[in-house]
Amino acid sequence: MRKALISVTGLDATGIIARVATKLSELNINILDISQTILGGYFTMMMIVDISGAPVDFDGINQALEPIREELKMEIHMQRMDIFDAMHRI
Amino acid sequence: MIETGEILQTLRMIQEEHFDVRTITLGINLLDCSDRDPQVCAERVYEKICLMAKDLVSTGEHIEREFGIPIVNKRISVTPVSLICQGDPLPIARALDRAAKEMGVNFLGGYSALMHKGATRADERLLASIPEALSTTERLCSSVNVASSRAGINMNAVREMGQVIRKTAELTADRDGLGCAKLVVFANAVEDNPFMAGAFCGVGEPECAINVGVSGPGVVKRALEEVKGEPFDIVAETIKRTAFKITRVGQLVAREASQRMGIPFGIVDLSLAPTPARGDSVAHILEEMGLESTGAPGTTAALALLNDAVKKGGVMASNHVGGLSGAFIPVSEDIGMIEAAGKGNLTLEKLEAMTCVCSVGLDMIAIPGDTSAETISGIIADEAAIGVVNHKTTAVRVIPAVGKKAGDRVEFGGLLGYAPVMPVNPCGNAAFIARGGRIPAPLHSLRN
Repeated sequence: MRKALISVTGLDATGIIARVATKLSELNINILDISQTILGGYFTMMMIVDISGAPVDFDGINQALEPIREELKMEIHMQRMDIFDAMHRI
Repeated sequence: MIETGEILQTLRMIQEEHFDVRTITLGINLLDCSDRDPQVCAERVYEKICLMAKDLVSTGEHIEREFGIPIVNKRISVTPVSLICQGDPLPIARALDRAAKEMGVNFLGGYSALMHKGATRADERLLASIPEALSTTERLCSSVNVASSRAGINMNAVREMGQVIRKTAELTADRDGLGCAKLVVFANAVEDNPFMAGAFCGVGEPECAINVGVSGPGVVKRALEEVKGEPFDIVAETIKRTAFKITRVGQLVAREASQRMGIPFGIVDLSLAPTPARGDSVAHILEEMGLESTGAPGTTAALALLNDAVKKGGVMASNHVGGLSGAFIPVSEDIGMIEAAGKGNLTLEKLEAMTCVCSVGLDMIAIPGDTSAETISGIIADEAAIGVVNHKTTAVRVIPAVGKKAGDRVEFGGLLGYAPVMPVNPCGNAAFIARGGRIPAPLHSLRN
């Protein structure tokens, strides 16, 4: 399993989770955990996903998310979970 | 599963507190490039570096993207050039600079000589060539080891380095003496240091190795803000915990770079390296402990605590810790130091005391342009004595600001920053420096 964190932030709107989740499903990326909140009108979502089944590499996934970034006008960042595991788990 | 709070803490460290991996430095052994003909040697050096380092920058950028952690510098360190040059070392200097540009690294270190006990002819040729080498290249860094706890202090080398620094400053006077920012004089130099300008690949090192330097003064400062007014036991514990987290990321990046490039992992250097950016200052950590300004009485104790706690926290987080490891106190590269020196709160003498307990030495200090070579040599000798007697690495990287006097300002740009010219004690020492010879190693060097 290769875990990554996907964070999505920006102005709240209808259908953000649906749009992102659909794209991830197309890429055969499994969502393991999800948390979402609205802070002062700002939508903030963090997803922990498994990218090992994706047909493309890390940069490829990032590229595939690009149209969603533009369409939703949201900040979407993806990074490997290893950095959080290294920092917070022994 | 990692909790949301932990994820947010890591993201805040990176986005708001300037946490980064400061450098991935690839050490490359060049001993097999030596040749009687300097041009042939230079060509071999260029080819070997371009072969070994071809994936360095792209690998660093990949890791940066995937892990979401900035890797500020990708650099190269090589075998001290005096060990491979059998004639004129300048063609090698130019080849190294060319290779650094070709590989896309911002600095390449190793235009160096190890002469703590004495000089070979190659060492002498290299020393004489340093001013020209540094004034005619862009990315080359130079260092000279003039003392060690085992061998004592080579006072001939100390004398010569005073002159080399002056000459380098004069040849780069149009750039505020920038050449001297790329020149370090060491006592007890380490072989696996990834930080510039003093990085070189020592003779005990493997064919090549990945050495990683982490940083994060801003993260430590922020952590200390949470324990305002608490006793020092808690201050030390807080720094240790933070250093542990920072170093774990350094270890992760080092392991990843090593695997991807198929090059052995050397060490993680767990240093707090400041930059001139606000929120990235070692001086501000000291001030957070309760000092009005760095330089106030108590500064040395605060730095000693910081340096020690960083090591204690970091050492458990990596399987090989090395390099310089501790807290750097470069004046021009630290906004808090710049301000303290500018106000006159931080003097050269106080900095000297601080070097007894920091990880290196007098670093990035601009001194008046009329400072004599002998005075510079005296500063080097004092610093070397601190290193030799205390079994630690010390160094001098001073920049004589040609045409400027105390209170004026020099500007190097980028990570090298800017600095107020600091006053230097003008008392003469020419007869002391003229003696030459070697100051014997201290008694406690005989440990066997």
